Amino acid sequence: MEYFIQQLLNGLTLGSIYGLVAIGYTMVYGIIGMINFAHGDIFMLGGFAALIVFLILTSFFAGIPVALALLLMLIIAMLVTSLWNWTIERVAYRPLRGSFRLAPLITAIGMSIALSNFIQVTQGPRNKPVPPLINDVYHFGDITFSLKQLVIVIVTAVLLAVFWYIVHRTPLGRAQRATEQDRKMAALLGVDVDRTISITFVMGAALAAVAGTMYLMYYGVASFTDGFTPGVKAFTAAVLGGIGSLPGAVLGGLLIGLIESLWSAYFSIAYKDVATFAILAFVLIFKPTGILGRPEVEKV
Amino acid sequence: MASGTTTMSNDTILKVEHLSMRFGGLMAINDLSLEAKRGEITALIGPNGAGKTTVFNCITGFYKPTMGMITLNQKSGKQFLLERLADFEITKHAKVARTFQNIRLFSGLTVLENLLVAQHNKLMKASGYTILGLLGVGSYKREAAAAIEKARYWLEKADLIDRADDPAGDLSYGAQRRLEIARAMCTEPELLCLDEPAAGLNPKESLALNTLLRGIRDEGTSLLLIEHDMSVVMEISDHVVVLEYGQKISDGTPDHVKNDPKVIAAYLGVEDDEVEEVISEELEGGAR
Repeated sequence: MEYFIQQLLNGLTLGSIYGLVAIGYTMVYGIIGMINFAHGDIFMLGGFAALIVFLILTSFFAGIPVALALLLMLIIAMLVTSLWNWTIERVAYRPLRGSFRLAPLITAIGMSIALSNFIQVTQGPRNKPVPPLINDVYHFGDITFSLKQLVIVIVTAVLLAVFWYIVHRTPLGRAQRATEQDRKMAALLGVDVDRTISITFVMGAALAAVAGTMYLMYYGVASFTDGFTPGVKAFTAAVLGGIGSLPGAVLGGLLIGLIESLWSAYFSIAYKDVATFAILAFVLIFKPTGILGRPEVEKV
Repeated sequence: MASGTTTMSNDTILKVEHLSMRFGGLMAINDLSLEAKRGEITALIGPNGAGKTTVFNCITGFYKPTMGMITLNQKSGKQFLLERLADFEITKHAKVARTFQNIRLFSGLTVLENLLVAQHNKLMKASGYTILGLLGVGSYKREAAAAIEKARYWLEKADLIDRADDPAGDLSYGAQRRLEIARAMCTEPELLCLDEPAAGLNPKESLALNTLLRGIRDEGTSLLLIEHDMSVVMEISDHVVVLEYGQKISDGTPDHVKNDPKVIAAYLGVEDDEVEEVISEELEGGAR
């Protein structure tokens, strides 16, 4: 039983990270109907930005409080990824809006390759280790819960609350939802559609940067390939939860995290990704819109 | 943007001059000129395919006219040449709002949110485009309260106040029509263009619509509407323009237009006596 609860906690932590990345996929899909395949690499970029900030802080300002260091890492990583995602939307996606559906998809894959190779060239192909930032561990009987897991879950929960508030309670979120439903009409009512879409990319990137920082902190290592496997898993989470649905993205992320850690605990760890994707396949067969996705209504 | 090329008396809000719109070989509108007076309801009628919606699309920037000039004359005396503005600028600067033949509400948003989207620019300006602003720091709170107040005002007018928090998609057809008009009014237009607002309404809903439109006119917004429902047109219009094959065939008060032989011929075909009877009965019925 303790073992099970332990794995549940681990899965929850991992799932929070996937959920944060999945929101970026799902929001962009919701507003312009496109899968931003470069989003996984934005997540990876966030991890690297945090890593670099961490190294600078520890070499020049040794003894800086951990909380402050973490905050700086988060803020700078968010700025870097936001800028990057804003730029690729501006130069690579916006000119193709209104073009046939595959064009922006291919560009997104191109952007993904460009970014991961850029990091490979500038940062080197090897894994970058970081010393653990937070070491505190709590024991409840046989269950171990580390402070970093707690930080991850709390930061995720707080961000989701802020995010929910922005989307559902502010004019900005209203404009996003309106743009999602009828872009032309939103423009006619005075919503600046281009700016709204840009902001959506920036918001998704900021969440991905947080996830990247958390991932770095959790595993203690960053690699230029991180954009791929965790990125695809986050994408899977978005599809599993129902792409276009925000609660769906979080739910999907948590599920993927749980499946992954429980499978690794009870079955072969080598097949954990197979388990994840097999579940995705089942969901898509029996419920193609995902768990919380709304069925596409034919417009007349 | 303002232009002084035409002299216009201040009671004209919209002046269309020599407007032509060609789609390949089809002349959808041919040298059309018309005027809409400030504070009046002007109706644009005509048989199917006469070019009414095309005129609307030219006025609201969806089409760039092949030829002609469309001048909007604001209360302040500012003039805009609409054919030179992009569609969102027409809403934002020239203060022209429109609705469509088919309903285009944000059906997933609540009724109130639909009206707040229409006040988006004002709210964003008040928030100073910052997260802190959106969270209620500075003038945002006051502005947001004012926006909700305005939305409530139009919901009262449109008789939708009880449905404010329902998703717009759950409203009945007639209520959705009224909500579209209320939403357009929240952009504070000087000229409101309605494309067949009464289409598909039952007589009771039609009556409610008439009341709403008159209320809008009495508050100083001029209306231009395309309508097939003669009971609506004859009942509420101050001025009627009749189109056929992209040209104006009649222009005047509802009574004048109704008795114009050209109009009768256009609507009925000259020979088909039976249809003529039915429609003229309807026209009379509407005028009562």
